[in-house]
Amino acid sequence: MILLTRKAEFSSAHYYWNDAWSAEENVRVFGKCANRNGHGHNYTLEVTVAGEVDPVSGFVVDLKELKDILEREVVSIYDHRHLNLEVPEFAGRVPTTENIAIAIWERLEGKIPHAKLHRVRVYEMPELFADYYGER
Amino acid sequence: MGPNAYLSRRYRLSASHRLHSDAFSEEKNWAVYGKCANPHGHGHNYVVEVTLGGRVSAETGMVCDLGELDRFAQTNLLARFDHMNLNTLPEFRDAVSTTENFTIEVYRIFQRFVGAKIERVRIEETSNNSFEYSGRAVTGEAERL
Repeated sequence: MILLTRKAEFSSAHYYWNDAWSAEENVRVFGKCANRNGHGHNYTLEVTVAGEVDPVSGFVVDLKELKDILEREVVSIYDHRHLNLEVPEFAGRVPTTENIAIAIWERLEGKIPHAKLHRVRVYEMPELFADYYGER
Repeated sequence: MGPNAYLSRRYRLSASHRLHSDAFSEEKNWAVYGKCANPHGHGHNYVVEVTLGGRVSAETGMVCDLGELDRFAQTNLLARFDHMNLNTLPEFRDAVSTTENFTIEVYRIFQRFVGAKIERVRIEETSNNSFEYSGRAVTGEAERL
C-alpha cells in the first residue's frame, strides 16, 4: 500500500457562533472568533489517499484527476467564500478547523477512483491543523 | 458528540543542551555524541507539535478549547523549557537531554491536560531532524510512563 498526498489551498471567511447560546456565551467560548463581521484564513488542505500501485501506470491515482476532484468538490465551493453564509454544511455547524476537515471528508468520500481516502488534514494556519480519518 | 478528530498545535521554544551520559567514559561520550557532547552546550529552536484527539463537540465544533490548550502549554511547556538549559532541569537529571527523551517528557506533560487526550508529540529539533512519540512501544502496545 502506498499513501499519496495532494495539497490544495483556499482562502475563506468565517466566524464561530452557536445560535443556541446567548451572545455573551458565544463571546466567552469563542473569543475573537465570534466577531459576526467574520475574519478569514488561507487554508491549506492535504488529502491523503491509500492504494496499490498500478503495475502498468505506476500510479496509485492519477494526480491530475485527484487535483481536479479537489478543485471541483472543495476548492471551487470554499475558495473566496464565507463559509457560514455560503457553504451549506456550515449553516448549522460551526466552521472550526475540525468541522472543515470532517466536511471535506464527507465531500470526497467515494469520489476518488482506485484509492481509499485515508486522511484529510486542514491547516488553518501553519501552527494549527486538524486531522480526520473518517472515525465516526 | 460528533466524530473523532485530531487537532494539532505547534509551539516554538529555544533551549540549549549537551548530550552526555555519566555511564560513558569521556572518550565514549565523544564517540557516541560527537559535537553534541561539547561541554559548553549548544542550542536549538525547537518546534513542539502536539496532537490531541477526541470527539468533536456538537456545540462548539471543537476537539478542545484552543485557549485552554495554549494556557496549559504556556504554563507547562514554554515557561518551563523556553530559553533554558535542558541539562539543568530536573527532568533531565537522570536522562540524557536527547530530543527523543524531550519528546517523551512533553508527552508525559500533556497527559495531564484535561481538555482532550494527547495522541502524539512530534518535536522538530532542526528542520532536518524530528522525533515522534505516541505513548506506544514498537509492538504497538501502550507504554506505562
